[in-house]
Amino acid sequence: MKMGLMATKVGMTQVFLDDGVRVPVTVLKLEPNVVVSKKVSEKDGYTALQLGTGMIRQSLVNKAKKGLFAKANTEPRRHLREFRVDPAKMDTHELGSQIGLELLEGVTSLDVSGISKGKGFAGVMKRHNFAGFPGSHGTHEYFRHGGSIGMRAKPGKVLKGKRMAGQMGNETVTVQNLRVIRVMPEENLVLLRGAVPGSKGKIVEIYPSTRKPKALPGVGGQALEEGSKNPMKASKAGSKGKPAAAAAPKKK
Amino acid sequence: MANLISMLEQKEVRTDHPKFQVGDTLRVFFKIKEGDKERVQVFEGVLIGERGAANRKAITVRKISFSCGVERIFPLYSPRVEKIEVAQSGHVRRAKLYYLRDLRGKKARIRERE
Repeated sequence: MKMGLMATKVGMTQVFLDDGVRVPVTVLKLEPNVVVSKKVSEKDGYTALQLGTGMIRQSLVNKAKKGLFAKANTEPRRHLREFRVDPAKMDTHELGSQIGLELLEGVTSLDVSGISKGKGFAGVMKRHNFAGFPGSHGTHEYFRHGGSIGMRAKPGKVLKGKRMAGQMGNETVTVQNLRVIRVMPEENLVLLRGAVPGSKGKIVEIYPSTRKPKALPGVGGQALEEGSKNPMKASKAGSKGKPAAAAAPKKK
Repeated sequence: MANLISMLEQKEVRTDHPKFQVGDTLRVFFKIKEGDKERVQVFEGVLIGERGAANRKAITVRKISFSCGVERIFPLYSPRVEKIEVAQSGHVRRAKLYYLRDLRGKKARIRERE
């Protein structure tokens, strides 16, 4: 995995591209991430950079953390995360140095990890999109139930992984391949196409995407020209047709 | 946080449009792409409603085209809206003129604003 950074989710809005395409975007604020400590394989068994971001009052920092920040010669930060880094690349970032938008240079899409909004203990209709039961025709006290959960004496148990009611949300979610629409270095803002997990003001982790950028009218992308390698695959044929059709009116 | 969003939205608001109100007759010059070529289409009709704020603002314009009512919704600050002209300013007492949809001819007139 490539090295990532911490950013704050600001919220969503929409922007116009030059040719008039309206794009829904999530705004992320990327305050400088400071290298607080380095994990090395000799001592820790792995290599990683510990980054910190966001300011915090001195009174909220315990002694252990104070020592950590003093070593890196930085002010205390509220959020700390470790990002795995290749051993060979460990030297590119000094202890106490700041990493910001420059890490995103030349990156067209990002993967974003965050903690999704908690929905509490949710029923199967909300949590797993079950259909529920008819609102009439004799349905009695069974409107939002999931129905049967298994067979009879054989297998005599409920199969593992059966989708049932339970905690929904408040878990780590990663959204892959969000297109970078705009980078605003003066304001430390990044505009990504689409939604990002979590509520406004929360920290998310951003990584250069491991995937090929998707075709997007008005923005383009490598996938625009390429389809599936397997011509027999019906599902892929459709997905190939769509971006091509979307691009066609532009090219003619 | 919310300020950042509104800052971004305000940035896209264009100031080159003239002032107009619901009830006015507008000429919207809208860029249309036909294959490679781009041309400007003029849509002239009554402004029957606005929705949204800042860069999300959109206007609904209604006209009668060959005795068939046509409504178009334009994102007001889209780069594809080349310009807007006010052909006639009208006096109305409502924010949304949806009642015009049920009216034809003489009844669908709007009093001119002084």
